[in-house]
Amino acid sequence: MKKKYIYYPGCSLRSTGIAYDESIRAVFEKLNIALEELEDWNCCGATSYFSVDEGDAFALASRNLALAEQQMGNEDFDIVAPCSACYLVLLKTKKILEENKDLYAQINLKLQKVNLNYEGKVKVRHPIDVLVNDFGLDNLAKQVKFPLKGFKVASYYGCQIVRPYSMFDDMYNPTTLDRIVKALGADPVDWPLKTRCCGGSLTGTIQEAGLRMNRFLLQKAQEEGANVIITCCPLCQHNLECYQERINKQFREEINIPVIYFTQLIGIALGLSSKELGLNRLFKKPSLKRFAVQKGEVANAW
Amino acid sequence: MHGNGHNGNIRIGFYVCHCGHNIASVVDVRQVAEYVKTLPGVVVSRDYKYMCSDPGQELIQKDIKENNLNRIIVASCSPLLHEHTFRRAVEKAGLNPFYFQMVNIRENVSWVHTETEPATEKAKDLARAAVHRVFYHKALETKKVRIHPDVLIVGGGIAGIHAALTIANAGKKVYLVEKEPTIGGHMAKFDKTFPTLDCAACILTPKMSQVKSHPNITLWTYSEVTKVDGFVGNYKVTVRRKPRYVNEELCVGCMACIEKCVYKEGKSLDEFNEGLSKRKPIYIPFPQATPQVVLIDPETCIEFKSGKCKKTCVEACDRKAIDFKQQEEIKEIEVGAVIISTGFKTFDAKRLPYYGYGKYPNVYTSLEVERLVNAAGPTGGEVVLRDGSTPKAIGIIHCVGSRDKKTNRWCSKVCCMYSLKLAHLLMEHTGAEIYNFYIDMRTPGKGYEEFYDKLLEENVHFIRGRVAEVTDCASIPDEQGKLIIRVEDTMIGIVRRIPVDMVVLAVGLEPHEDAQEVRRLFNISCSTEGFFLERHPKLAPVDTFTDGIFIAGACQGPKDIPDSVAQAGAAAAQALALIDKGDVELEPNTAYVVQEECSGCRTCLTICPYNAISRDEEKQKAFINEALCKGCGTCVAACPSGAIKQNLFEDEMIFSEIYGLFEEKKNIEFTNA
Repeated sequence: MKKKYIYYPGCSLRSTGIAYDESIRAVFEKLNIALEELEDWNCCGATSYFSVDEGDAFALASRNLALAEQQMGNEDFDIVAPCSACYLVLLKTKKILEENKDLYAQINLKLQKVNLNYEGKVKVRHPIDVLVNDFGLDNLAKQVKFPLKGFKVASYYGCQIVRPYSMFDDMYNPTTLDRIVKALGADPVDWPLKTRCCGGSLTGTIQEAGLRMNRFLLQKAQEEGANVIITCCPLCQHNLECYQERINKQFREEINIPVIYFTQLIGIALGLSSKELGLNRLFKKPSLKRFAVQKGEVANAW
Repeated sequence: MHGNGHNGNIRIGFYVCHCGHNIASVVDVRQVAEYVKTLPGVVVSRDYKYMCSDPGQELIQKDIKENNLNRIIVASCSPLLHEHTFRRAVEKAGLNPFYFQMVNIRENVSWVHTETEPATEKAKDLARAAVHRVFYHKALETKKVRIHPDVLIVGGGIAGIHAALTIANAGKKVYLVEKEPTIGGHMAKFDKTFPTLDCAACILTPKMSQVKSHPNITLWTYSEVTKVDGFVGNYKVTVRRKPRYVNEELCVGCMACIEKCVYKEGKSLDEFNEGLSKRKPIYIPFPQATPQVVLIDPETCIEFKSGKCKKTCVEACDRKAIDFKQQEEIKEIEVGAVIISTGFKTFDAKRLPYYGYGKYPNVYTSLEVERLVNAAGPTGGEVVLRDGSTPKAIGIIHCVGSRDKKTNRWCSKVCCMYSLKLAHLLMEHTGAEIYNFYIDMRTPGKGYEEFYDKLLEENVHFIRGRVAEVTDCASIPDEQGKLIIRVEDTMIGIVRRIPVDMVVLAVGLEPHEDAQEVRRLFNISCSTEGFFLERHPKLAPVDTFTDGIFIAGACQGPKDIPDSVAQAGAAAAQALALIDKGDVELEPNTAYVVQEECSGCRTCLTICPYNAISRDEEKQKAFINEALCKGCGTCVAACPSGAIKQNLFEDEMIFSEIYGLFEEKKNIEFTNA
C-alpha cells in the first residue's frame, strides 16, 4: 500500500456522480487509505475531446499528470481516478506518451508554458485496483461489520476500465468487482453482460438506441435475480438508474432495480451511514426488506 | 601490409554484379569496378549484368586463362546462394576453388540502403576488404565422408508416413519415430477429406499398415528422439522408447484385456476423441491404430497407483503380453539423413473467451466436430449436442485464432476448406441450418472453388464478418436457450444476432508445442511464428540450414493433406538424393592444431560442442577430427597458446580484411593485435 494516493475526482464526481465521490472518500477513510485531492485539477478531456483535437486533448490530460508529479515530489504516490472515463483518458495519455517520444516532447513544450513538466513516473490507478491489489480483499473482509449475506449483486464493469488496457483485470471476463462482492459476504450474480456498453451518451442523443442497450442490461440483471447492480462509472450509473421508468413505458417492461456505486455497497457492509455514502441521492434506494439481510443494526444504517 | 605471409605473385580478378536492378539500382557498380581497378594486385575489374549466368561464369574463366589470374572476387549476393556456383566456375578454369572470395553487396548493401552515394562507398569498402583478404588465401582440399544409407523420420502423421514409404520403397532402411502410441497423426481423426469427400481412414489406414509391414521400416511409436550428434551423412541419434507395459511382440491387438479391465466404464478423457469420450487405463487409441498394440496409462491404472488391482487384464491375455515391469528402452541409431515431420497443434480456443469455448457446452472446436461426424467417433457418427439433442441450427466461425494481431497473424490455410467440408457433413448428418461466418473465403486449390460453389448451392448460409461474440444472453424470446452469435454482416452493413444450437470454432494451426525443443535437438531454425524454417522459401522448401535435415508437412507451416504429401515426397527425394550419392564433400573450413605450439592443456577438449577434439596421450597434443569439426571456431578462440588455426579464417586473412576495410578511413587507428 502507498502512504498516500492522489485523488482525481473529475467533473462527474462533482456533479451527477457526487454520491460516488462521497462514498469513495468515506470508504477509504474508514479503511485508512489516505486520499489527497489533486490541487488545481482540470477536465480530463473525457473521450470526446480526442476526436476534436488529439494534441490539445493530450495536453489537457497530461496537465493533470504533471500536477500529480509536482504534488508527489519525491514520494511514490499513485493517482487514483474513480470515473471510468477519467481513468481511461489518464491511462491512455500515459501509455501513448510513453510510446510516442515525439508527441511526448510536443506535449511537454506546451506544459512548460505553464511551468509544468511531465516525466511519466506517476502511475494511474483505479480504486478497484487499489482495493484489490494494494489493500487486499482479506483485509477488506476483516473490516466488514455487516456481512451482506443473501445479497445478490450484479457487478457491472462497463466498457472502459478493462478495455483496451487490462491493467488489473481480465479484458473479457473481469472478476475484481465480483471478488469484492464476495469479500463483503454478498453473492455475485453471474451475468454475461458485465462489460457490455450501457449506451454511453446515446441516451442523450439517439435515445431509442440508448434505451434499447440499457434495457437489455437491466432486464438480464433482473432475470438473473440480482437485488442490486453495482457500477464503477458515473455515466453507467446514471444511464442504468434514471431511465427505468421510461424503458418500462416504452417497452412494456417491469424493470425496477437499484443501481449503486460499488463503493456504496462496500460502505453499507462496513457500517457507514446512508448519508455518508450519499445513498440519499439515489432515485431508487435499495430497500432493506428487498435485500433481506440481517435485521437490526444494518437497518439503522438506512 | 602485404609484405610477408602471402603466397607470391597475386593477380586478382574482381567482378561486380548488377543482379538486374537488385544491386545496380542502388549501387553505382561501374564506379565500384573502376575503383577496385586501382587497388594493389588487381589485374582485371569488371561489372556485369548477371555474374551467376553462364556468360558471367565464362567471363571469369576466360579472364583466368588470358590474364593468368590466381585470385577471384565476385561482389554480388549472399554466399549462401552462389558461393558454390562461383567456386565451381573457378575450379573449372583450373584454379583452386578456395582462391575465390565473395562479397555480399546485395543483402548487405543494396537491399538495405536507399541512397546511391553512401551505398556505393560501402560497396567499395567491402570490396577493398576482400582484395586485402585474398592475398592470404590458400589452396585447400575438400574432404569426402561416407554417408550412412539409413534415414530417420520424426513424426508419423501423413507426411512422415508418406516419406517413410517412399524411401523404404526405394530400398533404403527407414526408422520412423512417433511420439504417440499410434501413427496416423491428425488425419486419422478426420472423417472425410476435402474437396472430394473421400473417407480419411479409407485412404490412410492402408498406408499405415504398409508402414507396419514394410521390411525396410523400423516403426517406433510411443518414442521420442532425445539426442542428436554428428553431421550430414553421419548422424547418431538416441531414441527413448516409453514403456507401454504391454509387450509389442506378443500383443495381437485382440483387446480382450480392455474389455476385462476392472473399470467397466472409461476412466479418463480419450485424447483421440478430443476428450468427447472416456477411455480405460488399458486402451488402444482407435481400432485401426498402428501398431495394433494396447498400452497402459500408469496415471490411472490401479495396479500402478496402489498395486492392489485384481489384474483381470493379465488373466484375459492368453499371450501373456502384459508386463507391469516394462522399462523404457534407449535405442542408439546411425542415420545419414533426417526428415522432420512433427506436424502442428490446433489453436487453443480458450484463448478467445468471447467465443465461449469451455464456458458453453455446445461450443465445439472443429477437431471435436471431426470426431462427432466420424462413424468411429464417440457418438458413432451421430451429431448430437452434449445433452443428446440434435442441433437445428449450427454456426461455423472461421479464422479462430488466425489472421488476428492479438493471437496468430497468419492465415491457417486449411480452415476455410475444412469449414466447408464440415458444413456439408453437418448438414448431411442433421439437416440443420448451417451458417458460415467468414472474413474472406480462401479456396485456392484443385477443385476447391468448385466445392465452395457446391456448398452455396446446398443453401449453406455465408455471412461475411468477424464474429464479435457467442453468448447465451437472449434479448428476444426466440433466442431463449440458444447460443447467439453476434456479428457485423459487412455485406449489408448491420449487426446481426443469429441464434444457433451449436457453434463450431474453426481453430487455426500453430507450431507444435515441442517445436522449440525439436529445433534445438536437430539444430535447425524456426521462422518468427515458430514453424520450422526452410532453407529457401521457393527453391529449397524442404531443406533446412543444417545439411542432411529435411522438413515436411505442417511443421513447416499450415498445410492441407495434398500439400503435406507433396512436400513429404519432396523431402524423401532430397534425402534419397543425398544418401544415394554415397559420400558428401565437407567444407574445408575446419580447425587444425599446429602441433609444435600445442601445450596439451586440454582447454579445447572440453569446449568443443561437437566432440571433435581428442588428445594424443603419447604426444601430449590435441588432435582435431576434421570429419566432426563444424568450423565453429570456438577452440581457435579458446586456445591459450594460439596453437589452433582454422582454414579460411586464419588470423592473417581476417586482420588483412579488417585492415582493408578501414585503410582509407584515416581517422581510425588500426593496429595489428
